[in-house]
Amino acid sequence: MKTINSTMAGIVSNVLVGKGDTIEIGQEVVIIESMKMQIPIETEIEGVISEVKVNAGDFINEGDVLLIIE
Amino acid sequence: MRNTLSETILDKKQKILAGGAPKYHEKLKEQKKLFVRKRLELLFDGGQYEEDGIYANYEVKDLPADGVVTAIGKVHGQTVCVMANDSTVKAGSWGARTVEKIIRIQETAERLKVPLFYFVDSAGARITDQIDMFPNRRGAGRIFHNQVKLSGMIPQICLLFGPSAAGGAYIPAFCDIVIMVDQNASMYLGSPRMAEKVIGEKVTLEEMGGARMHCTVSGCGDVLVFSEEEAIESARRYFSYFPANFQERPKRLPSFNPKPGRALDEIIPTHQNAPFDMYECIDSLIDEGSFYEIKKLFAPELITGLARIDGRVVGIIANQPKVKGGVLFVDSADKGAKFIQLCDAFHIPLIFLADVPGFMIGTKVERAGIIRHGAKLIAAMSSATVPKISVIVRKAYGAGLYAMAGPAFDPDYCVALPTAQIAVMGPEAAVNAVYSNKINEIEDPKERIAFIQQKEQEYKEHIDIYKLASELIVDDIVAPSQLRDTLMKRLCYYETKDVVTTVRKHPVYPV
Repeated sequence: MKTINSTMAGIVSNVLVGKGDTIEIGQEVVIIESMKMQIPIETEIEGVISEVKVNAGDFINEGDVLLIIE
Repeated sequence: MRNTLSETILDKKQKILAGGAPKYHEKLKEQKKLFVRKRLELLFDGGQYEEDGIYANYEVKDLPADGVVTAIGKVHGQTVCVMANDSTVKAGSWGARTVEKIIRIQETAERLKVPLFYFVDSAGARITDQIDMFPNRRGAGRIFHNQVKLSGMIPQICLLFGPSAAGGAYIPAFCDIVIMVDQNASMYLGSPRMAEKVIGEKVTLEEMGGARMHCTVSGCGDVLVFSEEEAIESARRYFSYFPANFQERPKRLPSFNPKPGRALDEIIPTHQNAPFDMYECIDSLIDEGSFYEIKKLFAPELITGLARIDGRVVGIIANQPKVKGGVLFVDSADKGAKFIQLCDAFHIPLIFLADVPGFMIGTKVERAGIIRHGAKLIAAMSSATVPKISVIVRKAYGAGLYAMAGPAFDPDYCVALPTAQIAVMGPEAAVNAVYSNKINEIEDPKERIAFIQQKEQEYKEHIDIYKLASELIVDDIVAPSQLRDTLMKRLCYYETKDVVTTVRKHPVYPV
């Protein structure tokens, strides 16, 4: 099991993927709003999403788990 | 008789030049490493160089050249010195004569005012020799003392091919740049074995001090490469941007057009909050193929690299909106500070490409000392006396403007693109800060949104870039299509800039 974590603190603006989706390296998976900027989170791993841990509007800290990958 | 003497000398030398026992050469092959003298052949022009102290520790068996090669030769036609550990001789460890040879090549580099390369592949000090090599005036500490003394006088370039253990790990730390070979290079103060014994931590060598860790997490490594040949080629390329010493200037090469691609006004979104790739912006400004990036994998929200514009060497320091919104963090502040100092030491003009929402806020970064680290970046930028050109690409908010050589920090030229927006903070944050109570008092949602939009519009007009140009806050506003030409001309005119520093020992830097 691998995880995709937030690179910085902020509010989840948009979750671009869902459970069961296959993702590729470099794909944008979540958009965070922080410091009034839209920050795309790109995955550095590939695989199938087994769990989405956040929803739009959630506050997340740096390092928090966003997605779990099989 | 003469022939016999010559043959004897040659024979003795050949034995020394062959390095350690064959089994250690076999080990090198297994590790995909090159023999130290092969590395030197690849570095020097035509593979030609001269060694010093070949007979060091000759009287002791199995310690040819005492495990280190110190050499002088040419790279790109420029004389340079090298110290290179030989890991086939007692794992490249340091004895008394090893240390003496390293100190002497440092002294040679200082006398000649020529660059010094460190080819590091060493297990560290020979404990059995410690009284002879560790504590005295010309002991190992002297190597680091010399490195600090030479810093900023001559380029010091480190290539890490193998371990750099314990005290030896400070050699890379004091160099201008550290190029590390993935899987083989490592540096650490305490080995995994020692960590387990002393603090009970179980960890692999890669986790403790591997090349990838240092190039991505700690920031002790600057460039990650995947073979020794690539490391040496990378070092030769890096060196091509530098003069021999602080009294000389970098060489200008023939000019090349930028890489073909989208125009700047197509690359930069007008909406301040939308991400874009600053690399594309850099490509459109510099001579094609001239970018040498430093710390690419570390704190990527700030891009630092050497490049050429119209053949002239420049240091580019640019916010990357695509990563963490281009916000400045603790690591990016450190990264920027070191890069600015490097360029300033060797007369490399700095070009700042600003698109920065400011320094990160929140408990995590406050505890990590964001103020102290940010001050370090601002101090380095402020102290730099090379030509400084500040390009306000898009937003430059708060102390982000200061860090990117904003108008108050004596840039030789502060130029804005039409997309530029300079302010203490962005419109949304400002309206929220000023009218928070008022906004909360408006009960009707539509009325509230209309009020916010009106105030944001007023704020945008207040910070309009043409208004700032009218107040002489920026020196010019140029069309994106004109930016490269403008930079070329300014770099040409500022070539003779020569600032003498003030009469004092040095500032008390925030570190």
